[in-house]
Amino acid sequence: MNKVKALIVDDSSVMRKIVERSLRQAGIDLAEVREAGNGAEALGVLKESTVDLILCDINMPVMDGLEFVKQLQTADNGKGVPVVMITTEGSESHVVQALSAGARGYIRKPFTPDQVKEHVIPILEAKQ
Amino acid sequence: MNPAQQALTQNSCPEGWLPLLELSAREVFEIMLNSKLEPAGEDTSAPPSEFTAMVGLAGQLCGILTLRCSAQTASLMTCRMLGSDPAQAKEQMWDAIGEVCNMVAGNFKNKLTGMSDGCMLSVPTVITGADFTFHSLADAGSLELTMIFEGAPIQIALEVHS
Repeated sequence: MNKVKALIVDDSSVMRKIVERSLRQAGIDLAEVREAGNGAEALGVLKESTVDLILCDINMPVMDGLEFVKQLQTADNGKGVPVVMITTEGSESHVVQALSAGARGYIRKPFTPDQVKEHVIPILEAKQ
Repeated sequence: MNPAQQALTQNSCPEGWLPLLELSAREVFEIMLNSKLEPAGEDTSAPPSEFTAMVGLAGQLCGILTLRCSAQTASLMTCRMLGSDPAQAKEQMWDAIGEVCNMVAGNFKNKLTGMSDGCMLSVPTVITGADFTFHSLADAGSLELTMIFEGAPIQIALEVHS
């Protein structure tokens, strides 16, 4: 698999580090990791850099993850980049809302590196 | 109205919630901190409230979930989450404790039949320092759980509004 540029969106810097570590533990070769603390920041990051994969929380201040995924579908930059939600919100309605908005995967916190692997690798393989 | 909501209108937390809260905490600590929580003995005293993380719940289930521990325990939790040493963990303690509380709250509500869809979580808040009094406006009971993390007590409490 090619090296991957990832964008991790979470208001917790601790969780961003854990997600990055989980991606590496899942065997994903990361070329670059960009970070954002909310959806609005993430849209800003995507204006200046391209990424292959976005991992995104839902509950965040300023712009939450669901709104970010919706706006991403019509954004000039980042449209088509697969988004996997990683969140404590585990209800069916949240899963449906996220997938309907354009997310490609959904991981509930707490999560293991194996769960990250199981959800992310097929998405990356399909993209390549 | 589901059984959990019915019980809340009778000003009590439903039976069975305490084991679910304990399971929720155990899962978070095992998966995210690689640490097994132990049951507290009857003579275990509550931890000093040097770090108190809070997450609000709103919707069909309203209330607040808190996690209290000492500063030393907060530091150790952060080290476990990040795989870092205490010096590096110092700047991240608030964030880490808030996230642990957030995951316990989310995991708990996801285990409640009929509640998960209609209940939202707030972003976490963390208070440091022990010189404060917590005045809960909960009117539908509370659950309190003291467990042992790496030899030190942590306290998890859920205050519920009807």
